[in-house]
Amino acid sequence: MMLSGIGQGSTSIFSPAGTPARSIFSLSMLVLSITTGIFLTVAGLLLYAIVRFRHRAADPNAAQEPAQIYGSTQIELSWTVIPILIVVMLFLATARIILVTQDAPKPADALDVTVIGHQFWWEYHYPKLGIVTANELHVPVSDPKHPTPTYLSMSSADTDHSFWIPRLAGKVDLIPNRVNTMWIDPETAGLYLGQCAQYCGTQHAKMLLRVYADSPADFAAWVAHQQQPAAQSADPAAAEGRSIFQHNACISCHTVAGTVATGTFGPDLTHIASRDTIASGSVPNTPANLRAFVQNPAAFKPGALMPPMHLNDHDLDAVTAYLTSLK
Amino acid sequence: MAANPLVTDGFDQPAPRRLWLQVLHDWVTTVDHKKIGLMYIGYALIFLVVAGAQALLMRIQLAVPNNHFVSPQVFNQLFTMHGTTMVFFVGMPVLFGFGNYLIPLMIGARDMAFPRLNAFSFWVAAFGGFLLYFSYLGANGLYGAGSAPDVGWWAYAPLTARAFSPGHSTDYWTLAILLSGVGSIGTALNIVATVLCMRCPGMKLNRMPLLVWLYLVMSCLVFVTISPLTAAQIMLMLDRYLGSHFFDTQAGGSAVLWMHFFWIFGHPEVYVLILPSFAFANEIIPVFSRKAIFGYPAMVAASVGIGFISLSVWAHHMFTVGMSSGANTFFTLATMAISVPTGIKIFNWLATIWGGKIHFTASMMFTIGFLFQFLIAGLTGIMLSVAPFDWQLGGSYFVVAHFHYVLVGAILFILFGAFYYWYPKMTGRMLSEKLGKWHFWIFLIGFHLTFDLMHIPGILGMPRRIYTYEADRGWMIWNILISSGAVLQTIGTLLFVYNMVWSYFKGPIAGPDPWDAWTLEWSTSSPPPVYNFAVIPTVESRRPLWDLKHPEDPDSHYE
Repeated sequence: MMLSGIGQGSTSIFSPAGTPARSIFSLSMLVLSITTGIFLTVAGLLLYAIVRFRHRAADPNAAQEPAQIYGSTQIELSWTVIPILIVVMLFLATARIILVTQDAPKPADALDVTVIGHQFWWEYHYPKLGIVTANELHVPVSDPKHPTPTYLSMSSADTDHSFWIPRLAGKVDLIPNRVNTMWIDPETAGLYLGQCAQYCGTQHAKMLLRVYADSPADFAAWVAHQQQPAAQSADPAAAEGRSIFQHNACISCHTVAGTVATGTFGPDLTHIASRDTIASGSVPNTPANLRAFVQNPAAFKPGALMPPMHLNDHDLDAVTAYLTSLK
Repeated sequence: MAANPLVTDGFDQPAPRRLWLQVLHDWVTTVDHKKIGLMYIGYALIFLVVAGAQALLMRIQLAVPNNHFVSPQVFNQLFTMHGTTMVFFVGMPVLFGFGNYLIPLMIGARDMAFPRLNAFSFWVAAFGGFLLYFSYLGANGLYGAGSAPDVGWWAYAPLTARAFSPGHSTDYWTLAILLSGVGSIGTALNIVATVLCMRCPGMKLNRMPLLVWLYLVMSCLVFVTISPLTAAQIMLMLDRYLGSHFFDTQAGGSAVLWMHFFWIFGHPEVYVLILPSFAFANEIIPVFSRKAIFGYPAMVAASVGIGFISLSVWAHHMFTVGMSSGANTFFTLATMAISVPTGIKIFNWLATIWGGKIHFTASMMFTIGFLFQFLIAGLTGIMLSVAPFDWQLGGSYFVVAHFHYVLVGAILFILFGAFYYWYPKMTGRMLSEKLGKWHFWIFLIGFHLTFDLMHIPGILGMPRRIYTYEADRGWMIWNILISSGAVLQTIGTLLFVYNMVWSYFKGPIAGPDPWDAWTLEWSTSSPPPVYNFAVIPTVESRRPLWDLKHPEDPDSHYE
């Protein structure tokens, strides 16, 4: 398929890499073949009728009206019954996939993650592992012989959002005051991309999703690292930055585990330097980008709820050094 | 063309030229269904151009990734205003306009049942449209926040709560929808009363033109669907200003409740828009195929069936909100079921064409475009009815492509067809066929360039309502092509507008019955006199003018 070729390594629904996406893919191929069949039949008949029954001025009977036919019960019955049969078949195939995806029994060793949507970023809690992180979700690869799927319990802190990684599963909305669940089981290690699929406000477009499927060893190492408290850098610039960070409004919204920073409105920054991107996946996590973001978040994401911090250049450098040290 | 004995000459001598103020006074105070119909149509065409321009701005913004043509705030306002305008202030009024104009003429009546309610409904709906656009000036209000509404045309809670939508932009949206709804219910009431009580002698229900049947079903749907929408707007206003918590999730309200309210309106609304489109096709296809409609009773039954089934499918807009597997299964079945009566319609149109002598007028060409495009729109609709497939495709550009295939590919195409067909009746002059065919081909190419290709970024994972996108996703090439199609559609539409203006002054005189058609509106002069018919006609079949033109072989022998 041309479309799946384009989508390799990207976000095509036609290059599935997990059970839910794969079962949807095979169902969609059935649906596509049936609808293509219907299209070719009906469009073919239409085209034939339009060419065959066009008014010809050269026809000796051109002025005469054609025979008036008012209907035919048998013919009309046939084009009622045949579609009904197709609908029944399609419905049964669909109902099966709905049940196996939505009502799949949860294996004992499934990983639980709580996902909370925010304007305009993602908060992830691993309740059994004691990890809180943001924007980059790490899950273990699931071996089909010993499946270790990840179950996501999802809600929202503000407006509606939707979690959509096309190669892993269909989308499920995050709705405030409500908990939805879904599961993913990536077959191969790697990075799976997606983004918020429910309009949630000004920066809906830059609320990107990154799911890292790690091998069991990599995942265990990642968990062990994330469970550590924040790194204490010996670098004097970082130490100064830490002091500035803690004496500004930063701590009202951000948490750095093991420090006085315990805010919960913004992303947890305990291990921010271990992440590949900032601003919900919209730019690479480089010191220059971090500095520019702290200075004025709206430069990357107009409408972001974090205000510009009004720090002078020296303080900005120090805070950047501190954040970069939070490995 | 047979001489038409029903046409009464001499009653409509041209009136002396009047001052423009008198003309204006005449239009503002009129209760004539034809003038109100034309005002509805004119008003809708103005908004069509406005909302079309908004679409063009969005396509410029999306042509390349990370574009800065408009800001995210402006883009969000553009898609909100585009959707709201097209549904409530283009689609509804243009269809009500045609209904208002045609229904009394087609059933041999002199006006609608309630002429003053008719005028009220138009003016209140028009005021709604004015309020929506006044938001650009007025929504700043006391808060200094907001301008035009930016919550999307379905305005999901809690984005509309005061916390997330300060200022008055959402209030303007709410009031505009509320007023438009009052107007819609008034007109629907009028149509139902007119159809049930004002038919001329001999016009039994089973002899009504299919157009009238479809408007009857559409108006009944309006009652059932606009009421919950209006209720929801009032609840939203209570939430925003009187401290209730229907949709206020911060205080225990339910965001999903709003979705149910909105889509129990929103899905039947699609049928409120498409049923009149079927109505136009039912009149145009037989006349230009020179055959009676195939299977009239089945067409009526299918229309009524679609009306009922359409009330049970709304939550297919909500397959991703976390409904139970049972609910997802039910709404999959209900949605698929609607394809059966819809299929009957397509097959009956095909059978009407079969064995006919097709005249390729501009009107018929747009109608044939409608047939093919509605077929495709129906098939992508079946794909989206498959709940798991929808978990992938829902909220993506595939859905945007699907419903624009319905709204543009089907509804707008048949509307253009209806304009070419009834413009002579409304103005007394023919539209230029040559310009009409240019319009058709340019618009057709633009349409397919835009909306065929728009399915692809959806399959590649591009969500709707994003003001920009990442460069590495492979979406750019498709978006450039989609945007270039929008330019062609704009050119086609401008050609149409030019044709309407030019033909009004220079078009050939139409005469009462330019298409050699069979329904009653063609039995009176073009444009019809204020009283429509000098003598109320009496009919004996579904095609009274066929009976007149073929006294040796009248329809009444077969029905």
